[in-house]
Amino acid sequence: MKIKRFYGKGLPNVDPALLKGTFIVIEGSDGSGRSTQIGLLQNWLERKGFPTVVVGLKRSELVGEALAEAMQGNTLNAITLNLFYATDFADQLERVIIPALRSGFVVLADRYVYTLMARDIVRGSSLDWLKEIYGFSLVPDAVFYLNVSPKILAERNFRKRGFLDYWESGMDIQRVGGMYDNFIKYQAKLHRIFENLQKEYGLVTIHGSRSVNSVFKEIKTKVEKILTATSAAERSAMALEISAVSSEQAEGFSNDDDHPAR
Amino acid sequence: MTSKTNTKEIEGKLIAVEGLDGSGKSTQIRLLKRWLELEGYKVFFTEWNSSELVKKATRKGKKKKLLTPTTFSLIHCTDFADRYERQILPLLKGGYIVLADRYVYTAFARDAVRGCDKDWVRKLYRFARKPDLTFFFEVPLEVALGRILEGRPTLKYHEAGMDMNFSKDPYESFKIFQGKIYEEYGRIFKEFPAERVNATEPSEEQQAKMRDIVKKRIDLKKFKLKTHGARV
Repeated sequence: MKIKRFYGKGLPNVDPALLKGTFIVIEGSDGSGRSTQIGLLQNWLERKGFPTVVVGLKRSELVGEALAEAMQGNTLNAITLNLFYATDFADQLERVIIPALRSGFVVLADRYVYTLMARDIVRGSSLDWLKEIYGFSLVPDAVFYLNVSPKILAERNFRKRGFLDYWESGMDIQRVGGMYDNFIKYQAKLHRIFENLQKEYGLVTIHGSRSVNSVFKEIKTKVEKILTATSAAERSAMALEISAVSSEQAEGFSNDDDHPAR
Repeated sequence: MTSKTNTKEIEGKLIAVEGLDGSGKSTQIRLLKRWLELEGYKVFFTEWNSSELVKKATRKGKKKKLLTPTTFSLIHCTDFADRYERQILPLLKGGYIVLADRYVYTAFARDAVRGCDKDWVRKLYRFARKPDLTFFFEVPLEVALGRILEGRPTLKYHEAGMDMNFSKDPYESFKIFQGKIYEEYGRIFKEFPAERVNATEPSEEQQAKMRDIVKKRIDLKKFKLKTHGARV
């Protein structure tokens, strides 16, 4: 198992080496099939007996609601939006993702910092600044980026709800003709940024235009490999712990206290 | 704080006050605002932690004790960003004198005491302009504590720094927390420029000195409000 680490300076009072769980991220635009794949993965993992937790953007207890509400209005500027999302993300990272990983859960993240960074880059933030801000984020065990062409994304969005989302069309930053043209242009921009992030962060690109099943098969095979590697490493780590007195216990990390289901 | 906006010439001027609770800075900046208004200058006042957009979430976080050092820092930065993008920066560009009761240094001090990485916090606020003038209200810790604790007020959980587990007693916790902020402010204003105000002097003397400094440092006539009312 890869020892967990942070991208930057990390979080106060968190030792990433104590996070035993597996952390899988799926990235992609609305309509890329991200949530479908997360659902399938969760079912599959739980059937196999892996305790699993799903997290996603804008779902934090702290600011999830306030952020959704703010996005309904017309006064939200780019940096504020960025920091609002960063707060939402940090809350879930500290109070859901990390406790779950500490307890050995599999955490499935429906989007992660890469989406947040890409959106901010489109809106004029520098990657350097974003890297600093998100230096507290944890490096996942794997990140799958579902790559789907803007045209197909649009079509899937139409099928799902009949219209394109204001923010997913980048309407706050550009107006090139109608909503459809905006959507296509904005998604193409995001894709280019994701290609750069892919190199920087080693995201695994999955061709998401295929059938749900063939995409899932590919992801499942890759996740399976990670889990096998993890459990093998855990077994040997456990053997080590038994032979020597573990110092972890002495440090007073109480699992009960941090349980994500609390 | 080395954002692009700093290199561009901006007409407006930004004045910030910083100091401990009980240092009297809010009283002084309100007086400064009254003076500038009455003299007919374009002036706008903004205070820490007051964004309409973010306030509700902050209140929830505090009430339900959801905040960690990191989210405490981020939510306050979000609040600041909202006021900055919607008010402070546009007003500065529009040629206003903007008065800020607490600015980024408050975050630098509090977040450092809460255990956030100092460098991370500074970078978080990189989008913010440096103030053209910062007044730092210097007051002995005991005096500031005395002014606040005199009436035995009910101290709020975070105000007293109870989230840091310094002490179970809110008054004891507040003292320790303020003491640490006091030390951190000392370090910050070795690093960043500030006009020091002796906050133990009588109010009107402090105010007179502040007005002198403002007159010296800011070309006030540029900020005269042009009235378009009917001529008498």
